[in-house]
Amino acid sequence: MYTERVMEHFRNPRNMGEMPDADGVGTVGNPVCGDLMNIYIKVEDNKIADIKFKTFGCGAAIATSSMITELAKGKTLEEALKITRGNVAESLGGLPPIKMHCSNLAADGLHAAIEDYLKRKEAEK
Amino acid sequence: MRRIYMDHTAGMPVDERVLEAMMPYFTQKIGNVSSAHFFGNEARRAIDEARSKVAELIGAEKKEEIVFTSGGTESNNLAIKGVANRNKDKGNHIITSSIEHMSVVNTCKHLGKHGFKITSLPVDKYGIVDIEALKKEITDKTILVSTMYANGEIGTIEPIKEIGEIAHSKGAFLHVDAVAAAGQVPIDVQDENIDLLSLSSNDMYGPRGIGALYKKTGTRILPIIHGGGQERGLRSGTENLSGIVGMGKAAEIAKANMAAEAERLSRLRDKFIKGVVDKIPESYLNGHPTKRLPSNVNVRFSYIEGESLILSLDMEGVACSSGSACTSKTLEPSHVLLAIGLAHEDAHGSLLFTLGRQNTEEDIKYVLGLLPSIVKRLRAISPLTPKELVT
Repeated sequence: MYTERVMEHFRNPRNMGEMPDADGVGTVGNPVCGDLMNIYIKVEDNKIADIKFKTFGCGAAIATSSMITELAKGKTLEEALKITRGNVAESLGGLPPIKMHCSNLAADGLHAAIEDYLKRKEAEK
Repeated sequence: MRRIYMDHTAGMPVDERVLEAMMPYFTQKIGNVSSAHFFGNEARRAIDEARSKVAELIGAEKKEEIVFTSGGTESNNLAIKGVANRNKDKGNHIITSSIEHMSVVNTCKHLGKHGFKITSLPVDKYGIVDIEALKKEITDKTILVSTMYANGEIGTIEPIKEIGEIAHSKGAFLHVDAVAAAGQVPIDVQDENIDLLSLSSNDMYGPRGIGALYKKTGTRILPIIHGGGQERGLRSGTENLSGIVGMGKAAEIAKANMAAEAERLSRLRDKFIKGVVDKIPESYLNGHPTKRLPSNVNVRFSYIEGESLILSLDMEGVACSSGSACTSKTLEPSHVLLAIGLAHEDAHGSLLFTLGRQNTEEDIKYVLGLLPSIVKRLRAISPLTPKELVT
């Protein structure tokens, strides 16, 4: 059902864990629907210096979370905001059609984390 | 890699003896029962014999009460639509339960759009149909009560005899979907007040693509497939000869082995359930602890999702299924798990193991050895897991 790349990220998720001192946190999904994703980012010099995730969900939810952390790490915020759901799925060698909309939330999670960071920065001013 | 199959509700192997019995009917014994010659007679005898064996499995009075179909789904459609279309003079009310198979759920939904009134009975937290609700809902206009013998997902066995008494008290027929139960637990259609009963061959180690409907003499139904009038006019289409022979053999074997195999599987099942619940914190049994199919183990784990459990077990060679939305086509969790009162997030974390003849005590030990670390790993990834469970 899943590509080898999806299974590899499911088996060995990258950057899994919490980040108590995160500069921005994005939460997307809903446990009622079977997916909940937290993306934590640390920002230095307008770049994503560190990123972590925690996810409740299916294989695709966990693999896309892991993949987004790889795609976003080291990118500028502007670059990171351009990462789409399609990019995530493509990097994983594709996802089953039914999973494209429900479990492919990682890009949204990343964007939410960046928005949270920007909001916090705005509030500091 | 060691492979352990514990997904018998999804598909079963065909018993070697069944396959052997079927083989001549593909290449040599090729007659059509409608033909008057030697080959036709041979086919007729084979079908008669198979019909008798299926009738004996469920305690039918006469073999003519068995109608062969293409499987459980068709049998359920034939029973429900058949009664509905034939009994409009009496009424338009059909009562079913909230934990039925989709072939009953969606057949009733279809009839609901075509002038029939459908009542879906609630179940308790174990999945047992609410008898008081049935007594309250049934009227003189009720033509059919359709409930399953046992639920294939949570394993709960229903009080069919009592449901039948209530149905008959208002002149309604009782249809029972026994696809999950037949061959595993004894069924007596006469003693249990059953008018129509659906069976599937593959669910008792027979071939796929064949099933049967028991129709008690005097039960008024109309066919849903029209044509050459085979199966006493109730199921047109040339008989699936090899399939019928296979189903007959499967029924014969199931009947002969039932008591011993039910005892063996029940013991494995209880050991499995106890092992999970004892070893893994915040894990729970779904379904009834004792009124339960011998093959059925359905457990749930808080804070994690079923498909990721299935994938993790599959990586270790174990095949099972889940009621999670992520494993369904509709992206909704199992309606059965919701009907027994589980919250959506709990229904997502369910895991269904259905045991079979090939499973051994060693298999159970192997899975019990794997599960705690799999659950722990996924809980460590999940943001829902309380801190004290992640150490």
